Amino acid sequence: MFYYILRRLVSVVAMIFLITATTFAIFYASPIDPARYTCGKNCTPTILEGNRKALGYDQPVIVQYGKFVSGLFVGRDFPDNEELRQQYPQQVVHCPAPCLGYSPTQHRTINEMVAEAWPISLSIAIGAFILWMLIGVGGGIIAALNKGRWPDRSIVGAALVGFSLPTFFVGLVLLTFPAIKWGWVPIPSYVPFFENPIKWAQNLILPWITLAFFFAASYVRLTRAYMIETLSEDYIRTANAKGVARGKVIFRHGLRAALTPIVTAAGLDLGGLLGGAIITESVFSMHGLGYLAVHSVTYMDLPTIVAMVMIVSTFYVIANMLVDISYGFIDPRVKVS
Amino acid sequence: MSGDPFLRVTDLKVHFPTDDGVVKAVDGLTFSLEKGKTLGIVGESGSGKSVTSLAIMGLHRGSHARISGEVLLDGQDLLKISNEELRGLRGRKLAMIFQDPLSAMHPYYTIGQQLTEAIQVHERISKKAARTTVIEMLARVGIPNPGKRVDQYPHEFSGGMRQRAMIAMALINNPELLIADEPTTALDVTVQAQILDLMRDLQSEFGSAIIMITHDLGVVAEIADDVLVMYGGKCVEYAEVDDAFHQPDHPYTWGLLTSMPRLDRLKQERLVPVAGNPPSLINIPPGCAFHPRCAFREFASCACDEVVPDLTESYPKHDSRCHIPVAKRAELFAEQIAPRL
Repeated sequence: MFYYILRRLVSVVAMIFLITATTFAIFYASPIDPARYTCGKNCTPTILEGNRKALGYDQPVIVQYGKFVSGLFVGRDFPDNEELRQQYPQQVVHCPAPCLGYSPTQHRTINEMVAEAWPISLSIAIGAFILWMLIGVGGGIIAALNKGRWPDRSIVGAALVGFSLPTFFVGLVLLTFPAIKWGWVPIPSYVPFFENPIKWAQNLILPWITLAFFFAASYVRLTRAYMIETLSEDYIRTANAKGVARGKVIFRHGLRAALTPIVTAAGLDLGGLLGGAIITESVFSMHGLGYLAVHSVTYMDLPTIVAMVMIVSTFYVIANMLVDISYGFIDPRVKVS
Repeated sequence: MSGDPFLRVTDLKVHFPTDDGVVKAVDGLTFSLEKGKTLGIVGESGSGKSVTSLAIMGLHRGSHARISGEVLLDGQDLLKISNEELRGLRGRKLAMIFQDPLSAMHPYYTIGQQLTEAIQVHERISKKAARTTVIEMLARVGIPNPGKRVDQYPHEFSGGMRQRAMIAMALINNPELLIADEPTTALDVTVQAQILDLMRDLQSEFGSAIIMITHDLGVVAEIADDVLVMYGGKCVEYAEVDDAFHQPDHPYTWGLLTSMPRLDRLKQERLVPVAGNPPSLINIPPGCAFHPRCAFREFASCACDEVVPDLTESYPKHDSRCHIPVAKRAELFAEQIAPRL
């Protein structure tokens, strides 16, 4: 087990480097000059070359990538040029390890930006996750138990609606009516959890519902399908023949066996969402990681784009690994190593 | 108990409405069973044996099955009591051994957890005490090293061991009625014999009544006191085991007996299968359900394909359902069937 996890971790790290290298390569192949984006309206060739030098864009892509990687382990100093640092020592910014880079459009280290944005994305993801798991799995179980009757039909119908409506539509409807027109909840703006947990939840409830509405739909269908399958298994009949109470038959025997696909989907969805919910964050003007990613792409901010890709992919591959490891705990027939 | 048998099933019907018509899986079954006795229910696949056992256990509840009749266990009608009352009886007063112990045991729980649950459902008892009982029970059904095996999962058991664990689970609360649905079908013959011995021992120890459902006449001969032969959802012959084997009284039973392989016969002699296929339970043939496959219908006293024969007493305590006169049947059996057995 220990060696298995170690081996998986090594491959996770390798994967992350591969992903960042690919991002670099794609960016370099782009015909757009990133330095031009930092130069503004009154751009002169002198300023352009100066910026290019300060950001390190004048160096070959391999060198740039090498500096990025070494920054992750030992930190970096900006501007990315020894001469300029000596020339303007008061402008030097130190970025400690693991340094994700320096954003030329925001003029700060990406670490700072991520530190601000990350709690927002985490809050959105965790709340939405709990909500959609309760609604999705609960709804799926109720639907499975009433297969073919009206509770099943209405839950599956609602799930279809939830799945079909785009997040930006649901988000805008929620923002317009409960928040702006009716004033039931404040118009969302992030309040840190440790500052005021009640306000934190009040401000986040609409993004949570928006995301849960979408995700719960697929969990209803998933849970329903697997519950119907397990509830017709012979061991469920055995449990009934033993005189086990109905609730225990459903949860201890039925849901327990349907858990594997649900955990798989939940792990991957949560992992993906921790890297930021782009549309939901944009609709509710929450400046989380998703918003940061959109911003960096809009302004051709290479260091931020690479950092965002790395963060999202890291969450994703780690979630993937945890899901794989969890199989060994869920199903005793699976030997993980 | 005014002389009532321990279990009395009267006119049990289990019908499943489907889009293609009503499946009459069990259609008017009547039998009774005393404590300490074993009833063998025999028949081909799809003759309604398993459906009967599930109906007695009440395991059709919540499905689309339409069930009528009476299942009196110790004076209590199992078809009428509430779900909660039934749950209180299941696993304690009546228990069931299922056919395929791999799919019938939960793959995610250890044998110990599953047996412990069976006890704790009915008894307030500590986990530790329950575990001791479980280990004792595993030892009693002949599982070696039960202290270690108790913490293993079903997939770590062999087929025979799994069936023993299944039996241990069914017997752990000393049920008064045990229904065994083809408990030895999936097993090697040697293991099969051990399992049957085991069930007999446990029966004499606990005095339980056993319903043994099987398509294997050898198993019936081995263990049963009474035999009930089912065909197309109905009982065609119901007799004490010796009578059923020495004076079988229904052409279908003859067919079953002559199609059995025998070790003491020459290899060249071919087995005689019962011609044709079991009937579709949606379209049961009119009249006697067996008539399309019956080789002796020419001797019948009335039209086999029109009139449903009644289950009548041919000999004392020996009922069968056939239009051929009893005397003629005895003659046919003596002349044509007995020499081939």
